[in-house]
Amino acid sequence: MTTFEAILLTIVTASTPLLIAALGELVTERSGVLNLGVEGMMAMGAACSFAAAVTFDSTILGVGAGMLAGMAMAVIFALAVLGFAANQVGSGLALTILGLGLSGLIGAPFVGARRNPVEPLSVPVLSDIPIVGRLFFEQDLFVYVSFLLTVGVALYLGRSRAGLTLRSIGENHVSAHGLGLPVLRVRLLAILFGGACAGLAGAYLSLVYTRFWSPGMTAGRGWIALALVVFAAWRPGWVLVGAYIFGAATVLQLHAQAAQFGVPSQLLSAVPYLATILALLLLSLRHGRAIGAPGSLGAPFVPDR
Amino acid sequence: MRFELTPRASVAPAMRALAPVLAFITAFLIAGLVIWLLGRSPVAAFQVYVIQPLSDPWSIQELLVKATPLALIAIGLSYCFRANLWNIGAEGQYVIGAVLGGWLALRTHGTEAGAWVLPAMLVLGILGGALYGLIPAFLKTRFGVNEILTSLMLVYVAQLILDYLVRGPWRDPKGFNFPQSVTFDPAATLPTLGEASRVHYGTVFAVLAVLVTALVLGRTLFGYRLRLTGDAPRAARFAGFSAKNTTLAVFAISGGLAGLAGISEVSGQIGQLQPSISPGYGFTAITVAFLGRLNPLGILVAALVVALTFIGGESAQILLKLPLDLTQAFQGILLLCVLSADALVSYRIRIVSRGGRK
Repeated sequence: MTTFEAILLTIVTASTPLLIAALGELVTERSGVLNLGVEGMMAMGAACSFAAAVTFDSTILGVGAGMLAGMAMAVIFALAVLGFAANQVGSGLALTILGLGLSGLIGAPFVGARRNPVEPLSVPVLSDIPIVGRLFFEQDLFVYVSFLLTVGVALYLGRSRAGLTLRSIGENHVSAHGLGLPVLRVRLLAILFGGACAGLAGAYLSLVYTRFWSPGMTAGRGWIALALVVFAAWRPGWVLVGAYIFGAATVLQLHAQAAQFGVPSQLLSAVPYLATILALLLLSLRHGRAIGAPGSLGAPFVPDR
Repeated sequence: MRFELTPRASVAPAMRALAPVLAFITAFLIAGLVIWLLGRSPVAAFQVYVIQPLSDPWSIQELLVKATPLALIAIGLSYCFRANLWNIGAEGQYVIGAVLGGWLALRTHGTEAGAWVLPAMLVLGILGGALYGLIPAFLKTRFGVNEILTSLMLVYVAQLILDYLVRGPWRDPKGFNFPQSVTFDPAATLPTLGEASRVHYGTVFAVLAVLVTALVLGRTLFGYRLRLTGDAPRAARFAGFSAKNTTLAVFAISGGLAGLAGISEVSGQIGQLQPSISPGYGFTAITVAFLGRLNPLGILVAALVVALTFIGGESAQILLKLPLDLTQAFQGILLLCVLSADALVSYRIRIVSRGGRK
């Protein structure tokens, strides 16, 4: 394998967690709920999945635990914003603070443990295509899942009746409620889906990306996933594109640090965050305001009986 | 079983004061449950977290020291949150305030510079925080970029800037390669209130900020404009209040106060620049602002209460071997409870058994 191929491969691994988490948040936001707790749910996913995987020596159980942890966090969030109509921005932030703290408690006994690499699954025939084959068809299961998820979310939102219901609730919850659509139930499910995805993304970080757990290992990826949703104008296809651009920026930054160009490493470490700001700025420059935002995004809803 | 919210005809004034208290008790009960699940005694934890710090004079000083940055930052944030603007990057503004103010301390280090150094440092700290806070505000007013994400991303950038400076150009050459600057000269050190005290003048700034804010919000047109922009943006527009100017103003104020908190902490408490100068004050201040219901005096009380969790967390780590992360988790739970308790103010909550709608 050439260095070039190796770099491309790591781009795929760096992009996958961003893609998965952003897709989950996209569905949540399309239902009209802004969950800023992605970072916290992801941190919990990473800690719980690693703890379970080490304890039971099973990657599958680890992944399950990660997704469940993400969903458990999502339930707490849903209780606040749906049950008590609490402010969504504040509650999401609280969820992140809670998740970072709790994940520290859960992960602490597992610092220093390591997991073996997850075996890649190669797709017959397709993996023999030069470059592209190795890159996309000889990956671990998560990568395939992330692609299937992109297609699935796109089809669900664009082509299914349930997706239409979800979008109309996100666009205008009062009208949707008037039409008899179950606003709070759909939102609960959308929040849970977002939690499961964030948990899965966290599991990917600790089980595949680093294969160990350390405090604060999510390092703002949850926030970048949130930015990706805005960047993608709430469309799944663009989330895929955005996630790979960010993944590439992260990996190239790491290689630049290793190559020691004489640029301070901190400047390179700041690249993903600065790139996020730049991406949001460029998007606004092109379209004026944030386009594609669901009409009821972030507004609490209390049904009249 | 499920619960239903029914709007109240008018807000319940009793609930307005009671809601944060209820939220705090609920958060304590949940935290007790978590500690019990960790296999420790919640009663012993309560003893270490709350009773002990309050019964020890040294801890009470420590309480004021920790409450100072929280109150300063939270007071600033209350301007933003009242106008319904989400500055969640106070941690970054705090760091840049400390960096810019600290720069002067390092520049004048070992020189015979006079008494002007300290006031100039404080001004630079405020300026640094305000300018850094204006970045997301400007991006929002000029280009419509969401302020939540940009202000947060700038936190990471600010921390990396500080990290670069103290490991690189600002590192103490005689510091055995430790990533820290030289210790500030006495002329660049914020004095303490009285001999042998750890409480520094930052506490005075915090109290001043509370008093001024209470005046501004209650007695000035600017305060009215702020409330109107938050509660009824359309009405504010028709009244001719520029939303852009309000945005820029509140970000500058909250950034400036966060910067003041940063330089006060560095020059009054730490005494030098180092990679980590905050246990997350900028984020915890968000909890403080809401726990104080965005009310200046409420924030002062909330800052003391939340500072208690920092001190309690430290002694619980030593005495009970409870990890520090528990404090952070508790602060998250507390904020969630505080925001949820807001429902009590404007809604009646009814428990409805299944199928028992209407």
